[in-house]
Amino acid sequence: MNIKNMKRSTRSNLITFGIVIAFYLIVQILSAAGLLTNSFKGQLVPICAYVILAISLNLTVGILGELSLGHAGFMSVGAFSGTLVWVTMSPTTPQPLALLLAFVVGGVVAGIFGFLVGVPVLRLSGDYLAIVTLAFGEIVKNVMNACYLGLDANGLHFSLKDAGSLGMEADGKVLINGAMGITGISKASNFTIGTVLVILTLLVILNLVHSRAGRAITSIRDNEIAARSVGIPITKYKLMAFVTSAVFAGIAGVLYSLNYSSLVAKKFDYNTSILILVFVVLGGIGNLRGSVIAAAVLTVLPEMLRSMNDYRMLIYAIVLIVVMIFNQSPQMIELRSKLTARWRKGGKDETKKKGVA
Amino acid sequence: MKKIVSSVLAASMVLSLAACGSSASVSESTAASSETSTAATGESAASGSYTGTPIKIGGIGPITGGAAVYGNAVKNAQELAVKEINAANGSDVFEWQFEDDENDAEKSVNAYNNLKDWGMQVLAGPVTTTPSVAVASETVNDNLFMLTPSASSLSVILNDAGDESTARGNVFQICFTDPNQGVASADYIADNGLPTKIGVIYDASDAYSSGIYEKFKAEAEVKGLEIVTAEAFTADNKADLSTQVAKCQEAGAELVFLPIYYQEASQILIAADKIGYAPEFFGCDGMDGILAIEGFDTSLAEGLMLLTPFAADAEDEKTQAFVAAYKEAYGDTPNQFAADAYDVIYAIYQAVLAGGLNGDMDASEICEGLKTQFTSMTFDGLTGTGMTWDATGAISKSPKAVVIKDGAYAAM
Repeated sequence: MNIKNMKRSTRSNLITFGIVIAFYLIVQILSAAGLLTNSFKGQLVPICAYVILAISLNLTVGILGELSLGHAGFMSVGAFSGTLVWVTMSPTTPQPLALLLAFVVGGVVAGIFGFLVGVPVLRLSGDYLAIVTLAFGEIVKNVMNACYLGLDANGLHFSLKDAGSLGMEADGKVLINGAMGITGISKASNFTIGTVLVILTLLVILNLVHSRAGRAITSIRDNEIAARSVGIPITKYKLMAFVTSAVFAGIAGVLYSLNYSSLVAKKFDYNTSILILVFVVLGGIGNLRGSVIAAAVLTVLPEMLRSMNDYRMLIYAIVLIVVMIFNQSPQMIELRSKLTARWRKGGKDETKKKGVA
Repeated sequence: MKKIVSSVLAASMVLSLAACGSSASVSESTAASSETSTAATGESAASGSYTGTPIKIGGIGPITGGAAVYGNAVKNAQELAVKEINAANGSDVFEWQFEDDENDAEKSVNAYNNLKDWGMQVLAGPVTTTPSVAVASETVNDNLFMLTPSASSLSVILNDAGDESTARGNVFQICFTDPNQGVASADYIADNGLPTKIGVIYDASDAYSSGIYEKFKAEAEVKGLEIVTAEAFTADNKADLSTQVAKCQEAGAELVFLPIYYQEASQILIAADKIGYAPEFFGCDGMDGILAIEGFDTSLAEGLMLLTPFAADAEDEKTQAFVAAYKEAYGDTPNQFAADAYDVIYAIYQAVLAGGLNGDMDASEICEGLKTQFTSMTFDGLTGTGMTWDATGAISKSPKAVVIKDGAYAAM
């Protein structure tokens, strides 16, 4: 097929995949040549995790048009369930199988929670989802902080009080130890797995967005009353988008947690949810490729600014504000289109086209 | 539109790259100048006991965010210790750099990788428990020596916290382990005839606090102490702790055990005073600092007992010299985090001298050398005398119990 004859959306998707694959190849080549710093190598897996989180949140915020402030909650649920599977299975099961199971379980459990949260809330319209997901994230954090889970010959023991009250046999092993979370995780995530998961996420979400269901979802975003009047089952499509988003947040959670030897619930707090939302907003709401780039850049940026000590927080914030103004301010958009109109044919309709990458 | 967005992002990245590139070169040039100056002084004053390339020590801790108070104490004390050692030796023994981790495991690993890029050979950190666990497993892969001043959980030195045979081997602690503190507290209460009806108030969302409580509870059962109530709070709902205090009163606790940090403890003392509840209070090393809280009526802390390795107003010469130097440099009274961090640097220094190590060796060789020294040497520092380490990396030193009398620590 000729590139020029392709549908615009297909071409745009190919560019997105191309960026991811090119990034992967460049990193591999530089890594083989020994040109990468330890600092950058250490951030590759978190970058992948944040990219997946940003893409999946963009499905809820950008495509469905509902504000979710509890994405870290789904990440947390997925991370804990997936890591539990990994910790208990990996000594006895072949590694790739245990890893696959960990990702599947993490995704499914997060999806179930997404369904449970979504069913009552998505029937309403307005900002209810934002409030409920916010509460959900906090509930998950506090429950996981107080959660004690142990495994011995008699099976699983659970307590919300302390590790002593699990009543375990002497050979028992505490899996989740309250605020200390899960420790002693053998690291399993690597950049290749992360990239595969990013591509998988992009495949599923881009296909969903460009499918019949995706058009239904965007129609709900643009005008819920009109969508209802033509017979689109609103709740069904809202749930579809929201649950898909939660599933990938869970998978990203597993990817993230298997990159470190310890996992604590405190990590997945309100700030993490907001951080992911920042990626989405800065990358462009509804713009999936923008989410990928914003998540990657904004994850690396604080580390690059490390040598500026305390000023790095200030500079990080300034960069956010500047990018925001450059992206969104009407004057800047006009200025930009003026500047680029000369060497960009048809640039006008592209800037006018607001929406789906 | 998208092209522009990406070009903007790229531009901002280039900008930031340029920014940090320039600042990196500044630090490099200063490092280079300090190196040349050390070379110069090294030639003229070879009187010190250490000669050779300086060893690069890295520190990690939260110097921004909620736990910054601990990280800053550690950072200052380490800086002070490194300066003192270098000055006393005449030539540089250590080069030292400290990175912020915001008390976050991810950031801490990033900081660790950054320090590795800088060429770190020994790690003197991290400060807090959760980041330490994450960083510790990274140091194992690199076989890089890690000595943490204050991350007291067993899971820092053991891969599986319940199994001593899974020790990481290259990770050592200079503070008591949590279980050690819990057990020592219960023993102290049982052996010294303190009340046996005990209430506990602890922070369930904090690894340090819940770790001590867990072991305290187990040891209390062995020693025949009765825990009448255990009240938890979390980092999210610690604004008002009067409910927990009231519950302890209701349960008839005659001694309240507080394995928590001093800020929350001061609230508890105030709340207890308000309802006229006056049990004995007993705390751990996190309690150190309670007398220095601004606006806190220290008479409320009268009679408070605590196990602490360090008291800033102790009479011995070492402590006095340290406190005076710290006050002069940073305008603050050092707490036990600072004292632990100061000991970390001096312990490494002692081991380096005894083991004949120097900065030309790679990190792994230094690690092996330090491991041999640490498991065999005895170290006298601010936070105890006759400290020794076992092969798991846990320290053995005797906890000191002090009681607050007339607004100052007094030995018990």
